[in-house]
Amino acid sequence: MLEIKNLHAKVGDTEILKGLDLTIEAGKVHAIMGPNGAGKSTLSYVLSGRDGYEVTEGSVLYKGKNLLEMEPEVRAGEGVFLAFQYPVEIPGVSTMNFLKAAVNSVRKYRGESEFDAMDFLKFVREQTKILNIDDDMLKRAVNVGFSGGEKKRAEVLQMAVLSPAFAVLDETDSGLDVDALRIVGEGVTALRSPERSMLVITHYQRLLDYIVPDVVHVLADGKIVDTGDKNLAIELEKNGYANYVEAAA
Amino acid sequence: MNAAVSDTVDQVQSVEKYKYGFVTDIEADQAPKGLNEDIIRFISAKKEEPEWLLEWRLKAYAHWLTMEEPDWPKVNYPPIDYQDSYYYSAPKSSEDGPDSLDDVDPELLETYEKLGIPLHEQEVLAGVKNVAVDAVFDSVSVATTFKDALAKEGVIFCPISEAVKEHPELVKQYLGSVVPYSDNYFATLNSAVFTDGSFVYIPKGVACPMELSTYFRINASNTGQFERTLIIADEGSHVSYLEGCTAPMRDENQLHAAVVELVVLDDADIKYSTVQNWYPGDENGVGGIYNFVTKRAACRGKNSKVSWTQVETGSAITWKYPSCILQGDNSVGEFYSVAITNNYQQADTGTKMIHLGKNTSSRIISKGISAGKSQSTYRGLVKMMPKAEGSRNYTQCDSLLIGKECGAHTVPYIESRNKSAKVEHEATTSKIGDDQLFYCRQRGISEEEAVALIVNGFCREVMQELPMEFAVEAQKLVGISLEGSVG
Repeated sequence: MLEIKNLHAKVGDTEILKGLDLTIEAGKVHAIMGPNGAGKSTLSYVLSGRDGYEVTEGSVLYKGKNLLEMEPEVRAGEGVFLAFQYPVEIPGVSTMNFLKAAVNSVRKYRGESEFDAMDFLKFVREQTKILNIDDDMLKRAVNVGFSGGEKKRAEVLQMAVLSPAFAVLDETDSGLDVDALRIVGEGVTALRSPERSMLVITHYQRLLDYIVPDVVHVLADGKIVDTGDKNLAIELEKNGYANYVEAAA
Repeated sequence: MNAAVSDTVDQVQSVEKYKYGFVTDIEADQAPKGLNEDIIRFISAKKEEPEWLLEWRLKAYAHWLTMEEPDWPKVNYPPIDYQDSYYYSAPKSSEDGPDSLDDVDPELLETYEKLGIPLHEQEVLAGVKNVAVDAVFDSVSVATTFKDALAKEGVIFCPISEAVKEHPELVKQYLGSVVPYSDNYFATLNSAVFTDGSFVYIPKGVACPMELSTYFRINASNTGQFERTLIIADEGSHVSYLEGCTAPMRDENQLHAAVVELVVLDDADIKYSTVQNWYPGDENGVGGIYNFVTKRAACRGKNSKVSWTQVETGSAITWKYPSCILQGDNSVGEFYSVAITNNYQQADTGTKMIHLGKNTSSRIISKGISAGKSQSTYRGLVKMMPKAEGSRNYTQCDSLLIGKECGAHTVPYIESRNKSAKVEHEATTSKIGDDQLFYCRQRGISEEEAVALIVNGFCREVMQELPMEFAVEAQKLVGISLEGSVG
């Protein structure tokens, strides 16, 4: 599904990713954990194509195609989704309208017919039911006045309606209390499927109680420095990142 | 035609031998270039106007000669040579039109396409010859049906030139009563040379059974560059009036100086919506319409109400301040505005709310969007006069900037001469954030669509004031007018 080789990237003059290698197979959930400043968010932005993140070396193949030369909206069309750490507010645009614009853009890209308003409403309501989201959220402007938990649930809803093949979840647990964490975690788990890969980026192990990963990586100083199964995450929670940071430095 | 008038017509005719028209009354007829008393007499004669109206025009012209073009708006343009324009041009003969849509500017057709205008309508809008107007959306039957429905209620809706003949007492009573002939440079010019426009009278207690739209009428009569509109809502009546065709009119005329007067009596209300999309000039700022418009409503009666809603995306220069004189006690004035400028467009627009009566209230919501190298100014006046006991105003001016080379300016004037009056003003300026654009694009929405989405969200409070079918087209227009503004 995804094959990252020797990825180097910089922001401004600072090199953040320094030779990252990572392969994710279809249907697998990988977690990346690491200390602040390790390059976790940079990796998510490089994969989604944000301006200002310059790749200086290495390659990223997604379904055998060169991901790095695609515009962000093309990547979305190809099935790449990023759940933002800080979802962005769009005043005056209802969540419903936004979802419809997004889904129809992606469907158009995939050569599928666009939803009309009624069909779309039905389609979204099915998803909100599964994710236990109040339909009232659909009427509110995108992320405006949303609580931390609501924002993250809205991200999961977007993921559900866009049905990506590869989803990056960037610190989806940040700003969530325990209850919200459980709801979001269960929502994401419900979206696991043999055709869908996920990369869960997190600082803490607790999210992984709900989204149990197949593989756990440790990212420090721009490189993957350790890989293991879900037990690695538990170990990290106990011992912290100090050893890795020292070793990487 | 009396002897004096035909004499004038002959005189004018000899000023310049015009290559087409003028000789025949049926084909395109046009007065010679330039502006003088004879031209005004000619226009008046063509319209078979009564003496009082000619006198009024001449008074306006004499006054205009003593006036100077205003220089206070924040707009720049080369001096206008008022002698280099035609002031009378009847509907062009269809012979001048293109033979088919194949001969029409493809860029224009592309815009029609995006607006979803059916082919038949496109042909009429583009002026393709030999397409009978009545072939289009059955306009004859539509026109007839709606004329019957209106007549049944006693509503008068006709060209103002027709109203002058059919309802002279109403026109004489109200014309110039809100915007006097001496009001301002462009309104005075309009008073001297206006060629046509709409006239509406809603009788006492009548709720107009349908939205009145210039759309139908313009197709029929192709009004000129100096329109004069007069709407009277008699006691207890209601009307919603839609102005403007939402398709871009590539008008060759440079200067549009229209006047709109609204008169609202006791317990009556008028909702006046405009979508203005005249040719804004090309991406280098060449060409485009100069739109100098005076719009004013007099809320004369108690509990009267006027609501102006405008979406301005066209014209090279917009100079326009739809205003309300809140004279009747408890009268209400509203102004909802979206002004979008792109490339080299300039807009200086806003409103005036003059509170005269007790407990009058006004609400101003202005959304300015600037892109490219354009400049957008909100200029508004809120005035509380000594007798405006307990009156209040709320003003909100929001500006949105796209790119680094445009400007947004807010110039609110507030004058209060009554201690019990309340005036509130809020203003914000923001930019379309890179993070917002990226968020949309990550969800598969293209950059241009994302801009349209974000801007429509920004304008939502105003858009929702528009009548339904207008709102849909206005939303599409927002996207079209901002094309190429990012990236």
